[in-house]
Amino acid sequence: MNVKALALLLFLPIAAMAQGFAGLGTGAEGFAVPQRGYEFDFPADHGPHPAFRIEWWYVTATLTGEDGRDYGIQWTLFRSALKPHEAEGWQSPQLWMGHAAVTTPDYHRFAERLSRGGIGQSGVTAAPFSAWIDDWQMTGPDFDDLTLTARGADFSYNLSLRAEGPLVFHGENGFSVKSADGQASHYYSQPAYAVTGTLHLPEGGVVVTGQAWLDREWSSQPLSEDQTGWDWFSLSFDTGARLMAFSLRGGRGDFTSATWIAADGSTTALPDGAIMAEPLEQTDLETRRVPTKWRLKVPAYDVDVTVAALNQRAWMGTRFPYWEGPVHITGSHTGRGYLEMTGY
Amino acid sequence: MIRPAVQALWSHWRRHKVQLVTLLCGLALATALWSAVQAINSEARASYARANAQLAVGQLDELHAPGGSIPLSRYVVLRRAGWQLAAVLEGRLRVGGRSLRLMGVDLLSYPPLPAIEDAERGKTPPDPADALTAPGRLFARSELTPLLAAQTALPPVIASEAVPPDLILTDIGVAERLLNKPGQITRLVILPDQPVGLQPLAELAPELERRPPEARTDTARLTDSFHFNLTAFGLLSFAVGLFIVHGTVGLAMAQRRGMIRTLRALGVPLQLLTWLILAELLVLALLGGAIGLILGYLLAGALLPDVAVTLRGLYGAPVDGQLALRSAWVASGLAMAVGGTIIASAQTLWRLSRMPLLAAPGAQAWRMQAGSALVGTAAGLALIAGGIMAVLLFDGLVAGFAFLGGLLMGAALLLPPLLSLILRLCAERARCPLAQWVWADMRAQLPGLSLALMALLLALAANVGVGTMVSSFRLTFTGWLDQRLTSELYITARDDQQGAEIADWLSQRADAVLPIRRTELAHETGPLFLYGIVDHFTYRKNWPLIASDRDVWDRVNAGEAILINEQLARRANLWPGDRLTVLPGWELPIAGVYSDYGNPTGQAIVSVALLNTHVPGTSNRRFGVRVAPGKASDLAQALRTRFELPPGAVIHQAALKAQSMVIFEKTFVVTAALNILTLGVASFAILTSLLTLWTQRLPQLAPVWALGLTRAQLARLELMRSVLLAALTALLALPLGLLLAWALLAVINVEAFGWRLPMYLFPLDWVRLLVLALLAAALAAAIPALRLRRLPPSDLLRVFANER
Repeated sequence: MNVKALALLLFLPIAAMAQGFAGLGTGAEGFAVPQRGYEFDFPADHGPHPAFRIEWWYVTATLTGEDGRDYGIQWTLFRSALKPHEAEGWQSPQLWMGHAAVTTPDYHRFAERLSRGGIGQSGVTAAPFSAWIDDWQMTGPDFDDLTLTARGADFSYNLSLRAEGPLVFHGENGFSVKSADGQASHYYSQPAYAVTGTLHLPEGGVVVTGQAWLDREWSSQPLSEDQTGWDWFSLSFDTGARLMAFSLRGGRGDFTSATWIAADGSTTALPDGAIMAEPLEQTDLETRRVPTKWRLKVPAYDVDVTVAALNQRAWMGTRFPYWEGPVHITGSHTGRGYLEMTGY
Repeated sequence: MIRPAVQALWSHWRRHKVQLVTLLCGLALATALWSAVQAINSEARASYARANAQLAVGQLDELHAPGGSIPLSRYVVLRRAGWQLAAVLEGRLRVGGRSLRLMGVDLLSYPPLPAIEDAERGKTPPDPADALTAPGRLFARSELTPLLAAQTALPPVIASEAVPPDLILTDIGVAERLLNKPGQITRLVILPDQPVGLQPLAELAPELERRPPEARTDTARLTDSFHFNLTAFGLLSFAVGLFIVHGTVGLAMAQRRGMIRTLRALGVPLQLLTWLILAELLVLALLGGAIGLILGYLLAGALLPDVAVTLRGLYGAPVDGQLALRSAWVASGLAMAVGGTIIASAQTLWRLSRMPLLAAPGAQAWRMQAGSALVGTAAGLALIAGGIMAVLLFDGLVAGFAFLGGLLMGAALLLPPLLSLILRLCAERARCPLAQWVWADMRAQLPGLSLALMALLLALAANVGVGTMVSSFRLTFTGWLDQRLTSELYITARDDQQGAEIADWLSQRADAVLPIRRTELAHETGPLFLYGIVDHFTYRKNWPLIASDRDVWDRVNAGEAILINEQLARRANLWPGDRLTVLPGWELPIAGVYSDYGNPTGQAIVSVALLNTHVPGTSNRRFGVRVAPGKASDLAQALRTRFELPPGAVIHQAALKAQSMVIFEKTFVVTAALNILTLGVASFAILTSLLTLWTQRLPQLAPVWALGLTRAQLARLELMRSVLLAALTALLALPLGLLLAWALLAVINVEAFGWRLPMYLFPLDWVRLLVLALLAAALAAAIPALRLRRLPPSDLLRVFANER
């Protein structure tokens, strides 16, 4: 999942100083609240839900270049509503934010875009599918066949994504609980895209192949008062199975949730406490100390693995800073994945 | 050896406390006037720089749409091509009778604004959601917040000192509502950190013009001439102040000759003495400079609010009324004081260093040498010729000031030979011996007084010149206001729709409704305000044309020709018969040129139909209303009630004129203050010179006294002599002042503001100035005259014993 940049309620820097991470945690004035038993309606639900406060289209990909080197890319479009409606032009209270990044073992490059809804600079349409901010795009005839582009001051990429499995719904049929108090979001993923394309990096172009994972989530009040951040894992094992797991760190103890995705795409939701995540190594990034090597255990599936960052310095120094980067899995299972950590 | 020498030198100042005070006063006055001007200038420049920083524009390029606004759709196309741009919408908002600049920026993409950052660090940081969604938030200086908060139609205000004066900062969404310009963008700021591989802007948006920071209508550039004017005035005052220093140092040296002779006779080397005196002067310079800096700071603090009003009113330049103390300013003030002292006392020190050991103190030192008079005449003529050459050969303000400088300094150098000539002619015509002696004695005194008289000449000429310029300007300006502001009421509607409703409503109730449509174009000569007007006799009858073709109004109203203002005409050298390219592909013949003293920018007038064709979408919110003057007040009241207009939206012609005159008067407050002070400094210079001469006068007066003239008679003669010299100088100053006025009106004003003013003469002012100069000279001579009157006869007798 990506409780991630739930942060994005407000884009201006003050917000980050407020309670919790980026001022989340209080009421959902006038905004819609996720409902248990909600029936998804596709392709409409691939599009935006302006009545909810926060929403995102979140792609991470673990890639291998023709040169044999490992890469990771991120492409994210966040929507954050100041008011639960849409309006024309500059009057729109819907704000959009894009994050894009390329991570190699040697460096991590990222870029950020901000925009207001209503003027056409950014947005999402469900059919044909198109999500964009400025010149960054994720478009295709449908959700299973997408082209992904983004560029920053010193990198760009152009990737094709083909779905090789069904959509996956987290929690209770896509109703994903985030705390013991019952805060929740609507949350589904496409964890199995096959990727081909090109990265344009300072040292030149690289043809890459690999796998991508797309998360869709929307909510209005995702965090509990005491929760300050989260650690989120999306892991693809070489056996074909996948795991989504997150741990929300809170004053009253951590709250965990996970989804086991079998090779055939069938899912099992794992309740609070079913996974154990333990930091093994910390990396100092300027003023922050972030765990970049973890031990992750899922006893129900005999998983006991070490998750280590491809590049420990995959820090997103954006308006709401967080750590997001590709990881390698060793131990009882092997494979690759992505790790996101906020609130450090 | 040094210690007793220093003590001996210092004893002079202990015994001559008045002289010490005079020297320090001269230094302080010179430094004060100069540094006050510098403080005002640097404060204004700092204000411009601060405003730039507060608007976070820095050194970023911008995109403009020549002739109009940038549509929102164009912005989105460029963003979707990857260009990182920040949209800005600007306009003027009339609030409570004041016209304020409203700047709306896209808060999401604009570079970090100090005002927002300050607000976030404050005790109650505003919720960004409030700033970004209706009604929004306004950021403005705390002095504007009561005004803005009183308007219920405006969003809540957040006070911030990190906003330039008279500016309201807000989100673009708020600005488009308040300015009623939905979907319009004034300019796009090209942000740093663009992504790789962008398509060039010239291909994507060929109609937009990319402007680097230096090509924009920069307030600093516009106001340069104003600051240059002030600097020139400051320098003049400084020069006049130095005359005092020169006089006092000369006096002190003359009085210390005896002491120096004694010290040297006792074995103190001359070189050491020279260095000691130089060191002494430096200490005095620093002391006087420090006092001058304090005075200058106070003076600048008193004048700055008026200068700020001028700069804001005339150029729209954001200037604070508050003065800050800058270390660079202190350093430069002291440096000027020390440098000035060295220049003013160089001659004296040089003479000292070459003085023969046994030279007698006395009259010889001051005798005019025939050679130096010739050199002075030649230098004076050369300076004047150089000034004339400068203005003939070069354009620009600097050439104009070079002309003024050459003229003034040249005339000053010509003054002593000229006075000497006049006195010789008088002496030749004198019949009785006493008269002959008086004239001859005046001539003999001239070299000692000449510097003071030069100062007086400069001060008087500056007074005549600047006074004539300001009065001519005032006369022209009031006449022009009467011609230009002919409509009884001026109305600003909330938006185009209300504008149309008001025009419709008024058509039944007023004699005429004259729309004032205006748009700002980026012309090759700088910003150009293009107005669209309707055909009406108001224009035909009153508009102040300074040059025109036949049928000028018929041709303009038929859309066949354009009128331009004097500034544009002079800047681009375009006159009736020439053609003006208004926009690429739109060219019109010029039918007339009108005078325009409102601001220094270019303006042009076409028929409203033509304006609408070429620049569609010009807002139609401002109107002039012609109505019988007696009915204007009632109509204004009815308008306000009917359309719920704020008080500032309907303005009476008289109020507008008064407002304009206030700005005008404030513009010259500084000039007038500096004028008076310069004259004061010059009178002081005469006083010090006369005191200097005093000691050397006794040997010349004693024989006359011995021949039978009483001390009272001698004192009267002294007074008369001083007044006569001042009168002669004043008479010579008059033509010089008029020449100066002509140069200011015909050269400096054209360069600085772009308009040339007719010159009017004000003889009564001259008489007043003459009386003032004579009074000043009489006052300056009063102290030595009184001293002479009370001098014990024994002192006069002693002259024969000691000196001869």
